[in-house]
Amino acid sequence: MGIINKSRIKSPWVIHYDCTSCNGCDIETLACLTPLYDVERFGIINVGNPKHADVLVVTGSVNKRNVRVLMNIYNQMPEPKAVVAVGACACTGGIFKECYNVLGGVDNVLPVDVYVPGCCPRPEAIIDGIVLAMAKMEEKAKDMKNTSDKATELKPGDEKKSAG
Amino acid sequence: MINNIIVAIIAIIAAPIIGGILSGIDRKISARLQNRYGPPVLQPFYDFFKLLGKQRITVNQTQMVYVLGHLFFAIASLVMLVLGQDLLMLIFVLAFSGISLIMGAMSVRSPYSKIGAQREIMQMLAYEPVLLLMVVGIYLTTKSFMINSIFKHETPLIYSLPLVFFAFLYVLTIKLRKSPFDFSTSHHGHQELIKGLTTEFSGPQLALIELTHWYDLVLLLGLISLFFANPIWVGILIALGSFFLELIIDNISARVTWKWMLKATWLIGIGAAMTNIIWLYLKA
Repeated sequence: MGIINKSRIKSPWVIHYDCTSCNGCDIETLACLTPLYDVERFGIINVGNPKHADVLVVTGSVNKRNVRVLMNIYNQMPEPKAVVAVGACACTGGIFKECYNVLGGVDNVLPVDVYVPGCCPRPEAIIDGIVLAMAKMEEKAKDMKNTSDKATELKPGDEKKSAG
Repeated sequence: MINNIIVAIIAIIAAPIIGGILSGIDRKISARLQNRYGPPVLQPFYDFFKLLGKQRITVNQTQMVYVLGHLFFAIASLVMLVLGQDLLMLIFVLAFSGISLIMGAMSVRSPYSKIGAQREIMQMLAYEPVLLLMVVGIYLTTKSFMINSIFKHETPLIYSLPLVFFAFLYVLTIKLRKSPFDFSTSHHGHQELIKGLTTEFSGPQLALIELTHWYDLVLLLGLISLFFANPIWVGILIALGSFFLELIIDNISARVTWKWMLKATWLIGIGAAMTNIIWLYLKA
């Protein structure tokens, strides 16, 4: 395991995007930054910039309006990158699943690596999810080399048609 | 000549290691001051190597040139310091390093990057006169611009330049982009300007900017230790003490606006340095 791979696991920089969350999961996500949980001890930093981020943390279900924004953020992140769906809504669509404007969980739109279930999940679970996502990074870095240096860009409309 | 080359090579290799560990300690102490556990001391190196392994995204063709310019001018000024070269030239080369980064940030179309670059220009406008006055003060004391002559001077510079040293400490906060003057990259906030100056730099480019920051850190601490040379170890201890002071200031102060910074730096910084220089004239 090279020094770069080793460093990847130890330095996940997170960008946090709130789709249509009720803010419950967002509060728990931000609670991870507080002195009580202190995610910085794992090297996790909440960066506000997709170009610096490694992990995209999404809360809330995806709807027709914010899918563009979500994909825009995802496409701006440099490879290797991971997506963590936090909360019941982000995992499956939750109680908003049947709404006319909701596309469902984040996995209808983006390749999700880790699902953190719960309504809302505890900060410990969120931290665990992000650390799990970083463990997958090595595999992703290999894939990145195989498919040359070009990222596959996702566009709105690429999403799987949800069964609903 | 051979000696000089060896010293320069040692400095180029050792500086980022020292700078990286110092910024690791910086993050650890900041975390402790905020009652957190904090990242490992080697965390900046993990960040650095991770960024090197990221995908190379450039916004335009010239961006990388500016980043490399930022790095090489910083290395050049460090080499000039360890070889005891011209202090005035060192300050100019250091300014080139800062300008390269500003050019890089200006070369992209992102408004966040541009606003960050403009704020960085304001910062340079604030601290450059103080740095120049520091060089003038040192010239008046040692009658030479060469750093070697500082070491040959009988008494440490601090005896004749206490206020200049104070002014230099003041601008050190700006140069290290610490709070209350961290508004060009918003080091802790991350919100209102995204990441300001460095918003459009990603992956290896950001790694190089981080590397340059470590060189800058060592260079600035080296400049502090000049005031207490010689013996040099006193200078190094004082420099580490000043670094700790910067951390405390960083943690206890909120961010100010650029107008406030410009007024305060010109008033306090230039005021203190000029008072010191006038006093030197009167004494002579």
